[in-house]
Amino acid sequence: MNPALQGLLTIVIGVGGCVAYFYFSNILLDKVLFPPRGPNAGRNINRANVIRPWLFLAPALIALGLYLAYPVFETLRLSLTQRVRGGGYEFVGLANYQQMLREPKFWEGFNNNLLWLIVVPAASTAFGLLAAQLTDRIKWGSIAKSLIFMPMAISFVGAAVIFKLIYDTRPAGQEQIGVLNAVWLGFDGGIGSFIWLRLVPALLLLALAAGAGALGWSLMKPVLGREGRSPGLIFGALRILGAVLMALVVYLMLRQTIAVFVADLPYGQPQTWLTIPFWNNFFLMIVLIWIQTGFAMVLLSAALRGIPEETVEAAIVDGANPWQIFFKIKMPQIVGTIVVVWTTITIIVLKVFDIVFAMTNGQWETQVLANYMYDKLFRANDWGVGSAGAMVIMLMVTPILIWNVYNARREMR
Amino acid sequence: MDNIAGKKSALTWAVNIAVVALVALWVFPTLGLLVSSFRTGDQIASSGWWRSMLPTEQNLTLRTAGGDEAELVDGLYTVSGNLFAHEGREPLNISAFGTSSRDVGAYIPGETVDMGDGEIITVGETGDYVYTSVEEMSGRGQRVFVTAKVAPEFTLENYDSMLFNPNNIEGMSKAFFNTLTVSIPATIIPILVAAFAAYALAWMDFPGRALLIAAIVGLLVVPLQLALIPLLKFHNEIGIGKGYLGVWLAHTGFGLPLAIYILRNYMVGLPRDIIENAKVDGATDFQIFTKIILPLSFPALASFAIFQFLWTWNDLLVAIVFLIDASGETTVMTKQIIELLGTRGGNWEILATAAFVSIAVPLVVFFAMQKYLVRGLLAGSVK
Repeated sequence: MNPALQGLLTIVIGVGGCVAYFYFSNILLDKVLFPPRGPNAGRNINRANVIRPWLFLAPALIALGLYLAYPVFETLRLSLTQRVRGGGYEFVGLANYQQMLREPKFWEGFNNNLLWLIVVPAASTAFGLLAAQLTDRIKWGSIAKSLIFMPMAISFVGAAVIFKLIYDTRPAGQEQIGVLNAVWLGFDGGIGSFIWLRLVPALLLLALAAGAGALGWSLMKPVLGREGRSPGLIFGALRILGAVLMALVVYLMLRQTIAVFVADLPYGQPQTWLTIPFWNNFFLMIVLIWIQTGFAMVLLSAALRGIPEETVEAAIVDGANPWQIFFKIKMPQIVGTIVVVWTTITIIVLKVFDIVFAMTNGQWETQVLANYMYDKLFRANDWGVGSAGAMVIMLMVTPILIWNVYNARREMR
Repeated sequence: MDNIAGKKSALTWAVNIAVVALVALWVFPTLGLLVSSFRTGDQIASSGWWRSMLPTEQNLTLRTAGGDEAELVDGLYTVSGNLFAHEGREPLNISAFGTSSRDVGAYIPGETVDMGDGEIITVGETGDYVYTSVEEMSGRGQRVFVTAKVAPEFTLENYDSMLFNPNNIEGMSKAFFNTLTVSIPATIIPILVAAFAAYALAWMDFPGRALLIAAIVGLLVVPLQLALIPLLKFHNEIGIGKGYLGVWLAHTGFGLPLAIYILRNYMVGLPRDIIENAKVDGATDFQIFTKIILPLSFPALASFAIFQFLWTWNDLLVAIVFLIDASGETTVMTKQIIELLGTRGGNWEILATAAFVSIAVPLVVFFAMQKYLVRGLLAGSVK
């Protein structure tokens, strides 16, 4: 059968079947099983109302259970088994995990994923906040917003092609058709190169270090007991952990700042950007940042507009400067949204697959967990280790899952 | 800070410039792909796309007329005419010319050049030339290298060959229809299933409701990577195997948590009075749902539909796992682009066109229904 026809038929059957199911099951319930008449009318109505929600829920619950809940447990089971010669599976305990932990490719993917987890949500949120803050003040802001938001509609694969063109490399002497190399060849090691390739990046890194330092300090403050009430044990530990992480970030940034000044840059030579180990990760991350900034901007812009005018006006009257207004008045009121944006992008990052698959396929040390897992499942055909890789992704998602469920439950009360 | 007198105009300027820079940075990549898709392979390879908007100085290799057209004038074999006319091109203004590939811009137009062996050539600004030789000329004409400003030139040829050429096995038309076949049912089917469930979760009282909502919030973030192998095994066991039915079911399952979440959040906000009045008037839950809730929830339905459409259209992973078999008959556009990246890595006219064909539809949907997309984003992120 022609697939288009099959599609049409599926729509008709799917939608028609749904409607018919709901219609007839309700009729069955009301007219046949528990009719609201006769001697037991009252009892029947109550019984029907007990069953009805489950009629409404049944198709969705079956689909959710089969397509999302069951696979989690099945994957867990598969990750503990191994294919036996001649068909069938045997239980091998944690052997798959042990094997995976011995593989350098896994650790490469794991470490790269951690790098992605720090950089992409931070950069997307920061750019999104900047874009939201700026576009809300100008007349053509909505047009600007929709243009920044546009990459959201573009597939990861499409974005990969777009950025491959930007990173394209031609041999030295030929005209460069990738923007990045064309710009790069414009630098010759003179004063302009010093400003743009050393001074500006160094200042940016210092600013980031300062930001991370400030964040770390504000995390530590309540623990040190300067603000009167000290946090509980768990939150105190979390804060210390966060502060230690921030201290690490500060250290790395400062080290990188020095490296920026010392580095010997190969001026005048076209670079194959995607094959430079470590830095190529960042060239891949830029693609996702480019896509996700619009999402962050839309959410943060709504949050910023939701801030009551009076709070800002009161601050102005009290003589606050723009920095104070932003960091002391606005930020605390949108911090909830920032967390939402951050966690949402974190989840997307953990699942990132298409970009790496299309641009480098994990070569040149750009492996990520999702691609590692795909390699194991469908190229090496090793379902045990592949499932173990999937469980690692699941494990990394779990804290956010718990946090989301916790928040959703709190909101419903 | 906005209303501090005197400072405002300068600040507004700075903000405007900053936004222009930001927007330019965000649009530039896509623009590059779009422009490249309208250029020929030679054009893409010879200059960066950002130069294609302006007339560019290009070096062209042209030829005079061949020896068989030579006439004997004053004892010299002579050919004359216009270099551009011979090639069937529009005449251009020449800024320099040369007769050797080692120095293509050696002479200014109008100069008379002695090429040795009794050969003399004169090339004017418009490409008119006179070429004389003492000996009889033979074969093809003399090569002349000219430098001229060439106006921007764009072509629809790439789209023609990628979309409408049935002989092009790398073409996108089949993949385009396959993608459409995947995404339309995969968008429509989950909506109804989710709407009923969302109604029950929003407006019906039953034990375990809160727990179910929490479970759906949890399922919202379960990575679909976990589902690949178990579901592929399941599909093989029940005999679906790889195919459209499998991919529709998979997309339906994966889309449901978001659908239920968005729709429930929206339905909870509908006024209680309407529903209670209808109940008092004797309407059943089924009637309330179809006659009141569903029409009122249109914005939320549209939001989810857009999300699901974009997601299914742009998806790669689900398609390669559940749909595309060894025959490749059911390939989708994202997969086709990946193949092209592998085999045609340097042919940017093909890649750019293929990629733009695949992102054109989402872009149209995006710009047409942006309002609903934004609304869906605001409703769909877990707060």
